[in-house]
Amino acid sequence: MLDWIRGLGRGGFRFFETLGRANLFALKTLVGIPAVLVRPRLLVAQLFSVGVLSLPIIILSGVFVGMVLALQGYNTLVDFGAEESLGVVVALSIVRELGPVVTGLLFAGRAGSALTAEIGLMKATEQLAGMEMMAVDPIHRVIAPRFLAGFISMPLLAAIFAALGIYGGYFVGVGLLGVDEGAYWSQMQSQVDLYDDVYNGVIKSLVFGLVVTWIAVFEGYDTVPTSEGVSRSTTRTVVYSAFAVLGLDFVLTALMFGA
Amino acid sequence: MTAAFRIMRQRFSWTVSKNYMQRSAETTGPAASETLVKIRDLHFARGERVIFDGVDLDIPRGRLTAIMGPSGTGKTTLLRLIGGQLTPDRGSIEVDGLQVQELGRKALYDLRRRMGMLFQSGALLTDLNVFDNVAFPLREHTNLPEAMIRDLVLMKLQAVGLRGARDLQPSELSGGMARRVALARAIALDPMMIMYDEPFTGQDPISMGALVQLIRLLNDALGLTSIIVSHDVQETAAISDYVYVISQGKVIGQGSPEALGNSDSALVKQFMQGLPDGPVPFHYPARDYMEDLLNA
Ligand SMILES: Nc1ncnc2c1ncn2[C@@H]1O[C@H](COP(=O)(O)OP(=O)(O)OP(=O)(O)O)[C@@H](O)[C@H]1O
Ligand SMILES: [Mg+2]
Repeated sequence: MLDWIRGLGRGGFRFFETLGRANLFALKTLVGIPAVLVRPRLLVAQLFSVGVLSLPIIILSGVFVGMVLALQGYNTLVDFGAEESLGVVVALSIVRELGPVVTGLLFAGRAGSALTAEIGLMKATEQLAGMEMMAVDPIHRVIAPRFLAGFISMPLLAAIFAALGIYGGYFVGVGLLGVDEGAYWSQMQSQVDLYDDVYNGVIKSLVFGLVVTWIAVFEGYDTVPTSEGVSRSTTRTVVYSAFAVLGLDFVLTALMFGA
Repeated sequence: MTAAFRIMRQRFSWTVSKNYMQRSAETTGPAASETLVKIRDLHFARGERVIFDGVDLDIPRGRLTAIMGPSGTGKTTLLRLIGGQLTPDRGSIEVDGLQVQELGRKALYDLRRRMGMLFQSGALLTDLNVFDNVAFPLREHTNLPEAMIRDLVLMKLQAVGLRGARDLQPSELSGGMARRVALARAIALDPMMIMYDEPFTGQDPISMGALVQLIRLLNDALGLTSIIVSHDVQETAAISDYVYVISQGKVIGQGSPEALGNSDSALVKQFMQGLPDGPVPFHYPARDYMEDLLNA
């Protein structure tokens, strides 16, 4: 029993200690961001590996999620004779919820884990220490560009996901199930609100991008510099990011649409 | 704190000392002092394990100083302390007149720009090829035109015999080659001091010979200060001006290589002649062997 309490206390300390380190780290990274803007080439390279390389999985998932939504939505709506509203259902679910959330989860799995593994390996092979000894701050040179790239890429990926999801829904709903094409688009146009729906979705994707990238680069930088340490950090990135995305999604949704 | 101390020392020498000029040069003038790195009463521990227990060490300017000692005594740790990557628990480390552990970030980075360090593992950046690795410090710290960077990089690569390997990726290099590329990178900015951590490991006799000469040549031709950490007693002793032998947290011997070779100290003799039995333990601290085996 005593051991259990002691363990709990120690775990608590360790948690807050890590949280403190993560915050200091974020601060240092933010300080390093202006230096990145002066050297856009570093940023472009990271935008490619973080953003462009995540495109295939985002495109594919977007299309399929839209197609499934249309199938499910149609079967429910048709009972009420409301299949004309299919466009609204697909668009709202994707723009408000599934776009940011699913993109956030996929982004954590694809880009976040890669970031952690890359940075962790750089640490394990003394590349970060070597940079420090060459008077190059690894937080400015390595971390800041990756962080910024993640923050920029995530909302764009979420937007692409949403657009393709809506086309996926169109393909199934209009193309296969025979919903009226005009109704699909015009109902969507009149019912989806720019501020309430689209902007809120964008805010979510910005927040998720920030948090997932932060977790990923911090886990990499803070890793125990061994093969095992790197593999653990990579796992943690994916797990923590998933929790963070889902938890924050609830909080943000409650703030935006609740009460 | 240190500033006050320094002033006090200066005042002291002003009133008491006959040769004020020399003293003030020692305490204030970065360029004038004979000693580049001055370590006093260094204490450092990793958790429970004490690594340095009162080490005093002077690295003279323009000379080649070797630091030797059994594996695991903390030679790499010492280099990291000098580079400001670790902070001593007690004592002081002065590099070029600056107290390393008290420097702010900016000052520390300015100092590091004047130090080169060759890591034991090479520590090449794996996302850059050989050429870009050597060009890395030049691109980070200077605004030289690309043509000039190219010339400088090729010169440094030529010096380590790897000009032809410029397009290879670090993963395509052997361990010995990687270390030579790292050496080329360490001298890219023409630092005032280079710290070599095991430069000879993994070198065949030919490249070993070339490297030994290169290190000596760099030291003499460019007026560098060099610190070599190495186990290769013969090779290192052959080129170094002064040798420190560290074991179990203390300096157990120092002097010119000849003097150390003829040392009376059993500790030093054992190390310089590579005898497994003697006062320097070959084993990491452990409990009695028999007892350990019997108490499964
Ligand atoms: N990150 C670390 N955490 C804890 N202990 C460490 C760490 N790095 C090194 N040590 C310990 O510090 C001691 C000195 O290590 P160091 O790498 O400086 O040895 P070394 O003299 O360079 O040995 P070698 O000649 O084998 O390279 C070792 O006993 C090692 O166990
Ligand atoms: Mg070592």
